[in-house]
Amino acid sequence: MAIEISNYISMAIRSALPILICGIGLVFGSRAGIVNIGAEGFMLIGAFMGVVGSYLFSSAWIGVLVAMLSSMLISLIFAYFTVTVKADQVVVGMGINMLAIGLTTTLFRRLFGMNTEPIKIESFSPLAIPGLSDIPILGTSLFTQHAPAYLIFLCIPLASFILFRTDIGLKVRAVGEHPRACDTVGINVFKVRYGAILFSGLMAGFAGAYLTLGLLNFFVEDLMAGRGYMAVAAVVFGKYSPVGVMLAALIFGAGDALQYRLQAGGSVIPYQFLLMIPYVLTILAICGFVGENKGPAAMAQPYIKE
Amino acid sequence: MAYLEMKQITKVFPGVVANDNINFSVEKGEIHALLGENGAGKTTLMNILYGLYRQTSGEIWINDKKVAITSPKEAIDLGIGMVHQHFMLIPALTIIENVVLGMKENKQILDLKRAASDVCAEAAKYDMTIDPFMETWKLSVGQQQRLEIIKALYRGVKLLILDEPTAVLTPQEVSVFFTMVRKLSEEGHTVIFITHKLPEVMQLCGRCTVLRHGKLETTVNINDVKNKQELARLMVGKDVEFSVQKTPAVPGEEVLSIKNLNARNNKGLPALKNVSFDVHAGEILGVAGVDGNGQSELVECLTGLRKIDSGVIRIMGVEIPKLAARTILEQGVSHIPEDRHRRGMLKDMSVKENLILMNYFKEPYSTKGFLNWKWISGYAQELCKEFNVKTPSIEEKADKLSGGNQQKFIVGRELERKPKLLIAMHPDRGLDIGATKYIQSRIVAARDSGSAVLLVSTELDEIMELSDRIIVMYEGGIIGLIDDPQVTREYIGLLMAGTRPQDSLEWMSPCP
Ligand SMILES: Nc1ncnc2c1ncn2[C@@H]1O[C@H](COP(=O)(O)OP(=O)(O)OP(=O)(O)O)[C@@H](O)[C@H]1O
Ligand SMILES: [Mg+2]
Repeated sequence: MAIEISNYISMAIRSALPILICGIGLVFGSRAGIVNIGAEGFMLIGAFMGVVGSYLFSSAWIGVLVAMLSSMLISLIFAYFTVTVKADQVVVGMGINMLAIGLTTTLFRRLFGMNTEPIKIESFSPLAIPGLSDIPILGTSLFTQHAPAYLIFLCIPLASFILFRTDIGLKVRAVGEHPRACDTVGINVFKVRYGAILFSGLMAGFAGAYLTLGLLNFFVEDLMAGRGYMAVAAVVFGKYSPVGVMLAALIFGAGDALQYRLQAGGSVIPYQFLLMIPYVLTILAICGFVGENKGPAAMAQPYIKE
Repeated sequence: MAYLEMKQITKVFPGVVANDNINFSVEKGEIHALLGENGAGKTTLMNILYGLYRQTSGEIWINDKKVAITSPKEAIDLGIGMVHQHFMLIPALTIIENVVLGMKENKQILDLKRAASDVCAEAAKYDMTIDPFMETWKLSVGQQQRLEIIKALYRGVKLLILDEPTAVLTPQEVSVFFTMVRKLSEEGHTVIFITHKLPEVMQLCGRCTVLRHGKLETTVNINDVKNKQELARLMVGKDVEFSVQKTPAVPGEEVLSIKNLNARNNKGLPALKNVSFDVHAGEILGVAGVDGNGQSELVECLTGLRKIDSGVIRIMGVEIPKLAARTILEQGVSHIPEDRHRRGMLKDMSVKENLILMNYFKEPYSTKGFLNWKWISGYAQELCKEFNVKTPSIEEKADKLSGGNQQKFIVGRELERKPKLLIAMHPDRGLDIGATKYIQSRIVAARDSGSAVLLVSTELDEIMELSDRIIVMYEGGIIGLIDDPQVTREYIGLLMAGTRPQDSLEWMSPCP
């Protein structure tokens, strides 16, 4: 039983991580007034490029780096269309998602061929923290994660600090609320929004790479299963704060892990219903199940100077 | 040469020439007034100087150097600061965050505590107290105005542009504010001051530039101007009537009755304490008081925008606290809100659409759920003409109108509904003298045709001129009810400051 619980928690955290990593980036984007549906596509690019990087350089970390840079490049396209051209953010986001599916599918088939046996890539292996990981149940589940997991959990207080206590964080929050007022105090609204979007891209790339190099250990076409959208939902659910996103992601992760558990345990409930668990949670979150939850006031509005 | 020179500035918006070949110069250290009717182009000219708009043609020279100001950042780098007509505050941020936002001096890790004590000290110099860690959305309009001024002063600018900074300040606040502006000018700062209140110009400014219909009318020395009538003539081009004709009120039945009303403010503290009064058909009840003494909360309770703790509010005998805002309006209530941007209009919708917000679902605005655009356009056109709303067309986005013209269409819309009860808060905020007099006469006309009017204003002169009875609010309660026309300004001023004169005069009937 103890092993069961420990495995479950461990699985929940691992399922939560891609959503969490992507979500941290999205918090900054959302705070700057960007609705980033394109997160799904950014993450998919990251997932694919992570595999490519790891395959070419035989290092999961280099895979992550390649993934982050690639997703950032894609997010630059998103930024150009939404901030400079002032196109609708949701439309551009959907476009990016379709582009990402096409691009990764095509490139995957070109590079690795079709229907060949799974390619060999370097992926992350669990890293037990000496001492801590010996604690029963919690120790094994919390402290035998992959290296990026520790990194991300350490990043959460840092992200909170940056968002709420630094000058750049204040600018990001202000730009999402009232871009014109920011303009009048000399802030370059476009620069801040570009920065926030690029950072979202960077983190989405990381999230994607973790998905393929930490969680699944392979790349298949269409492997996202809506995790990017769930990250967007987690940001809303988490009331646009890093800590909130962490809690939201963990809840989603718990739902996901539950679904695996129940399936494996031969539940009487048809598996289709189990598969729905994370998505039902997402819908509840988006529907404002968390009570009054006002997003940034200038959400999704392009800033137009005179 | 002058410190600041704007040469042959022209600014064309689609359908409007807002500035037409304007030459404007200001000397170092002077307090220079910029006057003109609503829509004359004052804000536009200053927005060009501040880098918010780019001029279509013309040059700006500062200290004999030609400068290209393409963004507020460049203006700020040149030492220019601006208090905007429509506040540039971010409601979700705290006061101190609003003050330091975007400052070059900020360290990467913000020390808000230090900044807060600096700002409080700066504010104290001008007799202002602020709670730096309060969220800005909780502030009343007057408090926001003061915050904007502090924000500009804290930045230590060389040239300060003030676009209608006194529109919602009380006389006391205005005099403190003037002391501070004079001090700035003595220290060598240059101030450009936009206002519609001519006595302020006479009192404070050295020179004055007048714009009319986007063109430069003249620049005069205030010493050469005999009185405010002369200034008004320069602005409007003809003589202006300063007083409003008014006959004694003939009060009818009770329209609004409030008994022991208690409510809390946005901070959760008691804002209204056992407030009771009534307003009758055919009278104007003025609510005087320093801003922030419960007036905003009172109006919000009456219009269904704030929950009450206890008490009874009846409009035409119907108890309203449980009703939705729409139902209250349907009782025949009109509301001119204190903050036109927050509660009076939808910025991104056209003037025409803004004019039907309360009525779109009724005949003849719509039939069976379909809007009668043809009829609505005609109606909007009429209303704009009647209230002299200057706009290139009724299709213009409300946001693009000058501040005073936005106010005019809101007031027009509310008066046009022929209310049984008109709740008007700062109804002539930002209106030029002509428009102010017109609106005031319309309010009196509404009274004469049987409306009950609740007039809330921080401007004592307006209250005294229009009201048939006056209540004075202080710290959430009613400190005095005055129905003698002979009562003096000074006396009301004392009540507003919270002192209840000892000799209980017989016309003073304190509320239960
Ligand atoms: N952003 C804009 N787009 C289009 N037209 C505009 C814009 N800003 C101002 N205008 C037009 O320019 C003219 C001048 O407006 P401005 O705001 O400068 O007037 P103002 O003198 O400040 O008036 P008020 O006393 O009412 O504030 C108005 O007719 C207005 O409709
Ligand atoms: Mg103006």
